[in-house]
Amino acid sequence: MTSATTAHSVVEPSATTRRFAGSLVVLYAVITMIPLVWIMLTAFKSPDDAISYPPKVLFRPSLEGFCNLFTTRSRQTPEFIRSLGPPQGMCDSIARDRNMVVAGPSNYVPRFINSLIIAFGSTVLAVALGTLSAYGFSRFRVPLKDDLLFFILSTRMMPPIAVAIPIYLMYRTIGLSDTRLGMILLYTSVNVSLAVWLLKGFIDEIPREYEEAAMIDGYTRFQAFVKVVLPQATTGIAATAIFCLIFAWNEYAFAVLLTSGNAQTAPPFIPIIIGEGGQDWPAVAAGTTLFLVPIVVFTVLLRKHLLRGITFGAVRK
Amino acid sequence: MAQIKVEALDKSFGAFHAVKSASFTVENGQFLCLLGPSGCGKTTTLRMIAGLELPTAGTIRLDGEDVTMNRASARDIAFVFQLFALYPHMNVRRNIGFPLKCEGMGAAERNRRVVEAARILRISHLLDRSVSGLAGGDRQRVALGRAIVRKPKCFLMDEPLGALDTEMREAMIHELRSLHDRLGATTVYVTHDQLEAMAMADRIAVMNNGVVEQVASPRDIYDRPASLFVADFIGSPPMNFLPFRGGLQTGAEAIRLGERDVAIPAAREAMAESELVLGVRPEHIRFTDRGMVRGEVYGTEYLGTTQIVTVATSYGALKARSPSSRSFRTGETVGLDFRPDTLSIFDKASGRAIRTALHEGVVHG
Repeated sequence: MTSATTAHSVVEPSATTRRFAGSLVVLYAVITMIPLVWIMLTAFKSPDDAISYPPKVLFRPSLEGFCNLFTTRSRQTPEFIRSLGPPQGMCDSIARDRNMVVAGPSNYVPRFINSLIIAFGSTVLAVALGTLSAYGFSRFRVPLKDDLLFFILSTRMMPPIAVAIPIYLMYRTIGLSDTRLGMILLYTSVNVSLAVWLLKGFIDEIPREYEEAAMIDGYTRFQAFVKVVLPQATTGIAATAIFCLIFAWNEYAFAVLLTSGNAQTAPPFIPIIIGEGGQDWPAVAAGTTLFLVPIVVFTVLLRKHLLRGITFGAVRK
Repeated sequence: MAQIKVEALDKSFGAFHAVKSASFTVENGQFLCLLGPSGCGKTTTLRMIAGLELPTAGTIRLDGEDVTMNRASARDIAFVFQLFALYPHMNVRRNIGFPLKCEGMGAAERNRRVVEAARILRISHLLDRSVSGLAGGDRQRVALGRAIVRKPKCFLMDEPLGALDTEMREAMIHELRSLHDRLGATTVYVTHDQLEAMAMADRIAVMNNGVVEQVASPRDIYDRPASLFVADFIGSPPMNFLPFRGGLQTGAEAIRLGERDVAIPAAREAMAESELVLGVRPEHIRFTDRGMVRGEVYGTEYLGTTQIVTVATSYGALKARSPSSRSFRTGETVGLDFRPDTLSIFDKASGRAIRTALHEGVVHG
């Protein structure tokens, strides 16, 4: 009897290898997802379930966390509560069960809006400035080009918080502290170095011939840049935008230091949501869960570009 | 269509002197090849004509008009790039129509011109395809389409066939030349491939180290090289060089090479005693037993109808072309004779060819 031998390629991974690699990826995904899932579960727990020990995996879902996130409440006597009319909506009725009434909206929504404006504003600005300077560095003879590029990169060599005190003093003097504009400028200045370096790589990969052809065909350099270079750099621009957005969206240290009543963003606000008798964990978890949404939406919208972009232009067109 | 006149063009990139006082004229309807090894400044020269680089000194005239400092788009020229430079986010039709769109031409007229250009290049069936799916030759045709659609004053081409495989290149050489014959457009074509230049050009400008060494017809470039570099660069295998020391009187018809007199085309200038070089094309060497130069056969390369025989002599290894019917043994002693009317003589120090009867068009190789 002859045994059939299957010729298998040396470069293609075998089925076993592929299964092994696949399960590693799944395992890694599960491990990274656990904290996220835990936060989301906590958001739907009651305050008692949230701090119970051992932790509860099965529980009665409640929207109390979300109610506490969006409202402020005040404790009243049962007599006073009975003297009121019927509860005003679901959150009021949850509050009354705990002898409280809804006193008004919380600051979460304005903080969230601050976050949106500051993060997207600084991302747009950083990517726009980054694209223009990356194009300049990529295409023109800039005197001291290498030194300048290194200088730009060097702004990221120390933790940004190292300059927090000088920036705090500066901002206080020129009136930028606790303003949205101040935060946009700050995050832009941190992100623009990343944007320049990432985008320069992408623009370097676009052959100059495209613009040259367009310039010979009658475009000015700026028109050629807008009509010919930008469409081909969308991948890089999308990837860069996501990196910038994630930084600006999650930034905590500067936000704590430089913002308070007016321009405070969500990250410093969420952890200090205080309930009765300490931290209101379901409200914190609810705030965190909602906080994740914009980044997820933005990433999903751009994922078509992102997959190619994250490989840093390694794939030739 | 236009005449291109390049006068004393200079270009430096910092300390690097890329083009040194290049001058030549491309007559209306002429096909000129800028030929030279990589880094010789031919592409820089072309880019200056196009307006993609500005010269450090010198002038460029298009039909007599000084365009040296004009913007590329103001020169009414078309440029074909080696890497095609087709816009990947546009299909073939929009790529070809792009220059017209830049000019602001209406859609109907634009489409008519695009269809006409596509018909000339036989790519009508590809008009609505995406450029990324096209084969190399078709991409090059689309790039040519984008050039011809505007009916510019002249075409500038930077190694447009360099990215194609050999077979496609051969076909495109003929296509390009017949396209040129049909359109009669003034063309400047940059290449490092002498076969391309020989096959297509009306005139060839050979460049080396930023200097235009010779501007002449392909035949003159081959038969009457103006310098050692041109003689060495053109021809495969290149011209053989036999160094010797001697002087020349005007009218002299022989030089003293070792122990023997070698007949040469009559000298038209005098040369004091100095280091000279005798240049012989491989096909102008004959094997005879009483040859002027003797040597040992070192090896042969079989090329089909002919063979290249390398002979080790006291002047170094000489390559001779011989009919392949004749057989040679390695180590065999042979005598070599040169066809006197085709020989070139160069001044070794300057590399310049010494004027002889060869340059008067009296003699043909």
